[in-house]
Amino acid sequence: MTQEKQDFWRWTEKIWRADGVDWKDAASVTVGIDVGSVSSQAVVLTDGRLFAFYSTRTGSNSPDSAKKALGGAIEGTGMTTDDVHYVVGTGYGRVNVPFANRAITEIACHARGANFMVGPSVRTILDMGGQDCKVIRCDDKGKVQNFIMNDKCAAGTGRGMEVIADTLGVPIEDIGVRSFDIDDEPEPVSNVCTVFAKSEATALLKAGWSVNRVLAAYCSAMAERVASLIDRVGVEKDFFITGGIAKNSGVVRRIERRIGVEAVKLPADTNLDPQIAGALGAALFAHALLRRQQKAEAAAGAAA
Amino acid sequence: MIANYGYRDGSGEYYLTIDTDRCIECRGRWCVDACPQSLFIIEADDYDDEVATIVLTARKQLKEKCAGCKPSAGYETLPCLTACLPVAISHSW
Repeated sequence: MTQEKQDFWRWTEKIWRADGVDWKDAASVTVGIDVGSVSSQAVVLTDGRLFAFYSTRTGSNSPDSAKKALGGAIEGTGMTTDDVHYVVGTGYGRVNVPFANRAITEIACHARGANFMVGPSVRTILDMGGQDCKVIRCDDKGKVQNFIMNDKCAAGTGRGMEVIADTLGVPIEDIGVRSFDIDDEPEPVSNVCTVFAKSEATALLKAGWSVNRVLAAYCSAMAERVASLIDRVGVEKDFFITGGIAKNSGVVRRIERRIGVEAVKLPADTNLDPQIAGALGAALFAHALLRRQQKAEAAAGAAA
Repeated sequence: MIANYGYRDGSGEYYLTIDTDRCIECRGRWCVDACPQSLFIIEADDYDDEVATIVLTARKQLKEKCAGCKPSAGYETLPCLTACLPVAISHSW
C-alpha cells in the first residue's frame, strides 16, 4: 500500500461565476488573463461587469496556463474563446497569451484591479506575487503614479511561503493563523532566502523552537523585507494588498504593524479575491480598449 | 509616473528611476545614445505614452551595467544624467 504524499504548499484553486447571468445577453465579453510565475487567473467581464473568474496553478508552459485559466472560467457556460471580444494578457507570461489582443504590465493591472475592488480611495497597493513583490502608488482612477518592484529574489514572495509550508509540514492556508499561536513574538529569522529556508527552519526546530514559533519568525522576516520596499515609495491610505499572500494574516498583520497602516480588507461576503486583482485589472483594460476600438471604428465608418 | 527599475540584494539597492511625467515632454531622447550600455529604450507604456524605459534583460544587472559610469570608473557625473535635460533620471546608488 502506498501513502499519498501531502503537498502542504498547495493552495485552493478557486472558481466563481455570477448567478443568473446569461453572457449571451451581453453586448461585450472581455477577458483579462494573468499568467504569473506561480498562479494564473482569468477574469471574464460581460458589459464590464464581473461574470466569472478562475485561479489555478501555472504550469511549465505559459500559453497552456493561459488556456487552462480561461477554459476553467468559462467551462460549462457554453462560451468559447471565439465569443470573447477583447483579451488583455498580463503577468510575467503576458507576451505568451496566445489569444491576447494586447499585453499590459501587471503593475498597471493590479492598480486598476485594486481600484475596482476597493474603490477610488485606494492609493497604495502591495502586490505579493509568486516570485516578486511590487509596491504601487496610484490615483483615484487606478492609474499608476509610482512603482517599485523586486523580482530578483524570491524571499518575501508566495514561492518562499510555499517552501516554508512544505518544509514545516503545515498547510499553506493555515500558516497565518498558526503563526499567532505563540507565547511571545520571536525575532524575525535572519535569513529569508528561499534556498536556505529549509536549513534555517530545521536548525531552529533542533534548537527547540515550536513549528508555530518558526512560522511567526518567518512571517515576521517576510513582512520586514516587504516593508522596506514600501518605505522606498511611501505608503498613503487606503492601502490594499493583492496577490496570494494577501490571504496570509500572519504576514499581513505584521506588515501593518511594521508600517503603522492597516490594510483594507474585502468584506467577508464578497465574491472578489485579492489573488485575481491583476487579471481583473487586465479585464477592465480590455473592456476600455474594446470601447475605444469600437468608437474609432464607428467614427471611421461615419467619415467614410 | 515614477518608475523604479532595479532591485535590492544583499549588497545594496540598485534602482534606476525615471520620472515619465518629465520624460514624456522630451523630444531629444538623448539618454538612448548617451548610455554606453544601451540600457535606455523608448517605448509606449501601459497608457500609450512614449517614454524611456530600461531594457528588460538589464533590469536585474544594473549594479554591474552601470558600474562603468560611476565615479569609481572616472566619471564625475553619469552620462545618462548629463544627457537627460528634463532631469527625469536618477540613481539610488
